[in-house]
Amino acid sequence: MTGTFDLGWWGVALAIVAGAIRVSTPYLLVSLGETLTEKSGRVNLGLEGTLVLGAMSAFATCYLMGSPWLGMLAAGVAGAALGLLHAAICNLPRVNDIAVGIALFIFGIGLAFFLGKPFIEPRAAMLPSLPLGNWSDNPAIRSAFAISPVFFIGIALAVSLEWGLKNTRWGLVLRMAGESADATRAIGLSVDRIRTLATMAGGSLAGFGGGFLSLYYPGNWNEGLSSGQGLMAIALVIFARWSPLRCFYASLLFGGASAIGPAVQTVGITEGYYLFYAAPYVLTLGLLIYSSSRTRTLAGAPSELSISR
Amino acid sequence: MSDKQTKAPPEVEVTDLTKSFAAVRALDQVSAKFRAGRMHALLGENGAGKSTLVKCLMGYYRTDAGKILVDGNEHAIEHPRAAHRLGLGMVYQHFTLVPRMTVAENFLLGRDSLPAVIDWVAQHALLDEFMARMPFKLDPRRLVGTLAAGEKQKLEILKQLYLGRRFLVLDEPTSVLTPAEADEVLGEMRRLVDAHELTVVLITHKLREVMQFAQDVTILRGGKVVAQTEVAACSEAGLATLMFGEALPLEKEGTATKGASRHDRAYLELEGLDVIGDRGTPAVVDVGFKVHAGEIVGIAGVSGNGQKELIEVLAGQREAQSGSVRVDGRPFRRRRRQLESKGVSLLTEEPLANAAVRSMTVMENLALRQFDRAPLSIGGIVLKRRALRPFARALIARYGIRAGSPSARLDTLSGGNVQRTVLARELARDVRLLIMQNPCFGLDAAAATDIRRQILRARDGGAAVLLVSEDLDEVLELSDRVLVMAGGCITYETPRANADRYEIGRHMTQGPARLSA
Repeated sequence: MTGTFDLGWWGVALAIVAGAIRVSTPYLLVSLGETLTEKSGRVNLGLEGTLVLGAMSAFATCYLMGSPWLGMLAAGVAGAALGLLHAAICNLPRVNDIAVGIALFIFGIGLAFFLGKPFIEPRAAMLPSLPLGNWSDNPAIRSAFAISPVFFIGIALAVSLEWGLKNTRWGLVLRMAGESADATRAIGLSVDRIRTLATMAGGSLAGFGGGFLSLYYPGNWNEGLSSGQGLMAIALVIFARWSPLRCFYASLLFGGASAIGPAVQTVGITEGYYLFYAAPYVLTLGLLIYSSSRTRTLAGAPSELSISR
Repeated sequence: MSDKQTKAPPEVEVTDLTKSFAAVRALDQVSAKFRAGRMHALLGENGAGKSTLVKCLMGYYRTDAGKILVDGNEHAIEHPRAAHRLGLGMVYQHFTLVPRMTVAENFLLGRDSLPAVIDWVAQHALLDEFMARMPFKLDPRRLVGTLAAGEKQKLEILKQLYLGRRFLVLDEPTSVLTPAEADEVLGEMRRLVDAHELTVVLITHKLREVMQFAQDVTILRGGKVVAQTEVAACSEAGLATLMFGEALPLEKEGTATKGASRHDRAYLELEGLDVIGDRGTPAVVDVGFKVHAGEIVGIAGVSGNGQKELIEVLAGQREAQSGSVRVDGRPFRRRRRQLESKGVSLLTEEPLANAAVRSMTVMENLALRQFDRAPLSIGGIVLKRRALRPFARALIARYGIRAGSPSARLDTLSGGNVQRTVLARELARDVRLLIMQNPCFGLDAAAATDIRRQILRARDGGAAVLLVSEDLDEVLELSDRVLVMAGGCITYETPRANADRYEIGRHMTQGPARLSA
């Protein structure tokens, strides 16, 4: 308490930075997953459901088996399974990926709530964090710089995806499937197979994001855990113009916006702070209006996406 | 790849090849021989079986019966990769390039084996070396979307050569090219053939190209080979007879400019029209022209130069940023009442998607303009179903629409008959302005002749006709005045009498700085 007080307004800035790092991680994982899926030419709007199901799977596995890392693995598997379901349905003729995504969004949440009822009360082991603030004896700084390794894994993923899309075989093939299904078929590759794999990989990343929610921050399992973060992450992909690296910056921005509310509370502002809790939603709305303007271009959108056709 | 260069190009032979789709026999015991190191033409109308034949060779279709021999050995080509291994490659009519990737990326993607991690420095060095040996040059670092149509065609061919294919099928390679580009591309192919580097099969319906570039010709009609011979032994007229069975010339009922019936007052006037395209970049820039009553104005141009957006503005499907469109001297509002009082009719491209309702019946589609008017309706509220059928029957007979019945769903009709249905609907009233885009695209010769005749008849009836087409032959055949659209601007105008296809072609490709795709 005194630590925060001593830092004054610096404390608010610190809390926002710390919050941005904590809150941005699930945004980052989900948006990287969605970028991967959209680069292959499909939109998976079901990632909110995947996120929640991932959170539930991670928490339940960790509670039952005692290992948070096993929980993360379970979240990834659950996400990949939902991704496979999405892809399998979309591979059927005349199926719209947006509609399937919305159905799976509801399905994933419903399934998570149904299976997750017994796990609402208990506590489970949490993911560890790296104590990067030990150089300071200020407790506020120490807690702000206790950063989850998952955050760094996310950064590494963003960088390697950005590189891999340009410099690896699967990166080129994935982009080709997203840019021209005809061209892909013409060289004898199966577009459906590429998109299925991309949707599964994207789903498992979103599952990891869910695991982070229930096993690190906020670090429990309840039905209001995600509050739309999966959907906001999809909006964020548009803002980031389908670039993994820009997804990282955009996630930090969204994380920072989400952290404004709690941060102003720490300096004792008691009135109107709840308005700041709405910041990420306002940001999403603003970005979507900005990016869907009729005269502005959707440059960077993969050509095969149903929104760009 | 260097060892492949020294090997002779393959010779391909098919015997008694048969392939059916449902009830339609697309190939009927086709036998043909494509000799090594020769340039072959595969000639035939739409639906003659040309594409089916080559897709069997390329492993896209399984044949029902018959043999494929490559260099004398029989091969069952069940997958495109099997064809690739034999050195057979195909350049498709519609580009199979990925526009938002670089030339180099497109090259590499065609390879059947690609390293997991790509060393771009080494790959670029190899590509530069490859390009140095090639007849056409392209910068491997350019984005394919910024290439002109002719360059894309060259890229497709270069890609096949890069991949080591020595037997190349070119599917109507010149359909999107200007005459000069077509001559260049085919001339270079012929040179490679003469150097014994390649065997080429050229799919085309343009007799001029066959006479000028091919050595051997195989003519298909209705899924059967009607002739295989050396080009030197035939005349253009002889080939045409073999291709169509009987001569099918367009009636020359007044294709010449009809100065007498032409009114001095412009019926359609466009001025300073600016339109933004789908990607938010300018698609139509400061376009202005006039179309007079009793005149056909043809707009030629390579596709993607703003024609689509221009037509969409005239069809009310897109808003212009600025500029004016006037019909009969009044601002054009595209309301139904005005369309009717000014006699405006419109045939956009792909009518099944753009100008008709595919899940409705033929007679309902025919009535879309008039369903709430007498005699089809009582007081504009109740539709008189009983009046609909004779109304439709009359149009079906007059425009030769081949439909099972007036109550058949529109999407059960062939492309030509959908086109005729929409045309019948648009012409079945007082037409004073007719706007058409690619009216004969994808139609066989008989249907196209028929539709062109209807257009001329509308013009002779005093209508102002705006014809936007990617088919330069069609524009030259029908128009009284030819405009060229390039890069969103009208860059050239000439009366038909002075029209020179090479001059027009030059303007089609040059224009102002090309808009990026």
